[in-house]
Amino acid sequence: MTVNGQPVEAEVEPRLLLVHYLRDELGLTGTHVGCDTSNCGACTCHLDGESVKSCTVLTVQADGAEITTIEGMIGDDGELHPLQEGFWAEHGLQCGYCTPGMIMAAADLIARHGPGPISEEDVRKGLEGNLCRCTGYHNIVKAVQAAAEAMGKVAA
Amino acid sequence: MSTIEEAPAKHVGQAIRRKEDPRLITGRAKYIDDIVVHGLLHMAVVRSPEAHARIVSIDGSEALGMPGIKAVYTGEDMSDLLAPLPMAWAPPGVEVKTPERWPLARGTVNHVGDAVAMVIGENKHVVVDAAQAVRVEYEPLPVVVDVEEALKDEVLVHESLGTNKVHEWSMGGGDIEQAIADADVVVEQRIVNHRTSGAAIEPRGVIAEYRHGYLTVWSSTQVPHLLRLFYAVQMGIAEDHVRVIAPEVGGGFGGKLQVCAEETLCAWAAKQLAMPVKWIETRSEAMAVSHHGRDQVDYVRMAAKSDGTITAFHAKIIQDCGAYFGLLTPMIPELGAFVMTGCYAIANVQTDITGVLTNKYITDAIRGAGRPEMTHMLEVTIDLLAEKLGMDPLELRRKNFIAPEDFPYTTPYGVTYDSGNYAAALDRALEMLDLDAFRAEQAHLREQGIYRGVGFSTYTEICGLAPSRAVGPKGFGLGIGLYESALVRVHPTGTVTVFTGASPHGQGHETGFAQIVADRLGVDPADVEVIHGDTATGPMGLGTYGSRSLAIGGVAAAHAAEKLAEKCRQIVAFNLEADVSDIEVGSGKFQLVGDPDQGMTLGEVAGCAYIDASGMPEGMELGLEQTLIYDPTNFVFPFGTHICVVDVDPNTGKVEVVRWVAVDDCGPAINPMLIDGQVHGGVAHGIGQALYEQVVYDDRGQLVTGTFMDYALPTAAEIPSFELDRTETKSPSNSLGVKGIGEAGTIASTPAIVNAVIDALRHEGVTYIDMPLTSLRVWEALEEARGRGDGPSATEQGADLPPQGEGSAGSGPTTPEGGAA
Repeated sequence: MTVNGQPVEAEVEPRLLLVHYLRDELGLTGTHVGCDTSNCGACTCHLDGESVKSCTVLTVQADGAEITTIEGMIGDDGELHPLQEGFWAEHGLQCGYCTPGMIMAAADLIARHGPGPISEEDVRKGLEGNLCRCTGYHNIVKAVQAAAEAMGKVAA
Repeated sequence: MSTIEEAPAKHVGQAIRRKEDPRLITGRAKYIDDIVVHGLLHMAVVRSPEAHARIVSIDGSEALGMPGIKAVYTGEDMSDLLAPLPMAWAPPGVEVKTPERWPLARGTVNHVGDAVAMVIGENKHVVVDAAQAVRVEYEPLPVVVDVEEALKDEVLVHESLGTNKVHEWSMGGGDIEQAIADADVVVEQRIVNHRTSGAAIEPRGVIAEYRHGYLTVWSSTQVPHLLRLFYAVQMGIAEDHVRVIAPEVGGGFGGKLQVCAEETLCAWAAKQLAMPVKWIETRSEAMAVSHHGRDQVDYVRMAAKSDGTITAFHAKIIQDCGAYFGLLTPMIPELGAFVMTGCYAIANVQTDITGVLTNKYITDAIRGAGRPEMTHMLEVTIDLLAEKLGMDPLELRRKNFIAPEDFPYTTPYGVTYDSGNYAAALDRALEMLDLDAFRAEQAHLREQGIYRGVGFSTYTEICGLAPSRAVGPKGFGLGIGLYESALVRVHPTGTVTVFTGASPHGQGHETGFAQIVADRLGVDPADVEVIHGDTATGPMGLGTYGSRSLAIGGVAAAHAAEKLAEKCRQIVAFNLEADVSDIEVGSGKFQLVGDPDQGMTLGEVAGCAYIDASGMPEGMELGLEQTLIYDPTNFVFPFGTHICVVDVDPNTGKVEVVRWVAVDDCGPAINPMLIDGQVHGGVAHGIGQALYEQVVYDDRGQLVTGTFMDYALPTAAEIPSFELDRTETKSPSNSLGVKGIGEAGTIASTPAIVNAVIDALRHEGVTYIDMPLTSLRVWEALEEARGRGDGPSATEQGADLPPQGEGSAGSGPTTPEGGAA
């Protein structure tokens, strides 16, 4: 499979979760673990362009897939992704632990949404699978809408 | 102390983007689980499935034989520990019966999740497997779960104590019984403030390494210096041989203001094995054994004259401590008692607190710690009183507000509020709400079958935990006085490092403190780095909790920077051959008053201090750094008004928060963006408790809410957007005039929600509902009020789950049965 554009190959235990492979084998520790039950979304990354909770994906299921993690969101020239920029500008994070998962889930939300405006309700419903204890979500919503706008989608 | 007159506020007051964020948004931050140490071993904990049992035997032989397993230890192996886990409150003259609590149970287990053994192995997977292979035989003992049952002492949590009642504490001002007897109106209410979880998204975690007599511990903690002190005491290692590092910490909310069993286990095992040991908590463990919060049964009485003058407020608080004490368990309700009268001038007050043990996990400080509970009972009771008086609840509040001209105001408990203007915050909030328009809309919606309600909470709280003498061993009784340190170091090139004893976990100290110091030294915040959370770097510190970082630690940094600025001015005056009084801090340099072209940058000043001493006045000490401990003279008392608007579905009982208006006053803003963020998160925490979250045990002491599947943390879809504003009333307690804001939203919010739901349902005859206001509870209250209910039924979590969750789902006062007097 490829991870953030780099080809990787490994033999793994069948029970090894994707999140543990990314973190422990590849050292990509930006993907976090916050629960045992796929509720918190801190481990969200992209598998073939769609967001998945990597704590519920076996590494072997990702055989041949393209994986993107938070570390892969930054541009080759070091430029921040519009979502990273949005979270920074709008104070969409405090402790930062949920942030990588939020950004990955939000990227999928924006991509799936199509060209129309993204409303507050769209963002709130769309991020239901990601928990944050610090921000009360208010600035996360603003950050995602700002990013959507920067990505050429009109915020509602 | 000599200080420059008024630092020009170039950066203070600005919504500057956070310096912390670039590493956090790119996945480059280093949290505890991201740290790898060479030769690392992993630990898993064997935990009790029983709520109360005698340990008959523990057999770790099978586990020890499994591949990759290095050791299995039990409580007996750890007999060399010099002290059990600490409880740090010993109020003078008050007896507190403290059950011994060891990192691994000795003899009995007393709650589900009590640690009985640890397994150490080569990776995190094998230790989990091996922990399941440790055979523990238990002889079950009777279990007591309900706090009022526990008060009867029919089942004892700890036989050795002879009672479950572990402490009683009363505080009175005026004559409560006389005032109630003389009153025109009295309301009484039983209020359950249920058990919750702090639920930081990053669970706890520890790595400990012991090399040649030196212990290094990385822990996801709010209190690294307190941990170091405790390791020295418990393990007999000299304090200068212990280093504790709090790496990036993924949220705390009080849950990491603790000296945890697992921290000791890792440190002790690392010493035994001469290998580093790591433990990362699972969420299931976090729900079971990261300390819980709240959990009180309160019986309140409030009395008033017919004109609305509140004459008395009495609270009997029965605190469910759980099976042991954490670091601060028995003092949590007391912290709330100090602001029992809230924003109001109430002459007669009485708080009677009883701490009780049950076979559940410990409760301790969670965001607000005692003050949310107290504010809840006060603000909910005021609405009950208003109804009985036939008075508008806002008019009742206004009538009893402490007037702005009465500050500093000393309460009947002898607590002196620093400053306040409660009516101004309420006025502004009402302007934002537009109450008249709301009432018209409410009536209109009701015709359509939509029950909309509005609830108010006008609060003040006590925070900025310090002053040292007031809270310390001979004052309130904490085991250590609270103050804060700062070390400001200017480097030879003129950049600045600030070391703070505060230990943030999301609050934004690296930005806010940089803004404060930058203005005082005439530099840009980008050139000021803030270092925290490492006992080997800065001076002694007390950590981050109790909304104390800015009002104590930030002021320490300001004073240290001001002292350094004074030295800089002397150096500049010497070089310009000018008078010190003619040198001011300008933009980017120290300059001559009236002739800003003449001046020196901080780098040039530092050049004199470190490189070319000929630029230093005769006799002046070289170097440019300042260490300072700041201990204020008083607490700070932020305040404000929170307004909640809800829609209640009368058919299902579902509550939806549709608006939230809040005006908070925490003095002058250092960074308004950070303040708003704290309020957002604080209110969301309160909404969580009021509507969704509840830690539930069944009547056998089994934890029902063991994961995020069962513990309902609110998502973005349940939380509204917030409409915020601030008023600014300076605190005379510190030179920045600032007050804490980290807990205010949580303290203020829950009664606003309950009052809003009651406002929506009052016309149906519902007068009170205990939190959490789940659909079933609200629906049951409606049914009962309509005369269709069959009395309180089981809670929705299951028919066998009565204890702390089951409040009076209907209305009207009840009386204590447990003899809490």
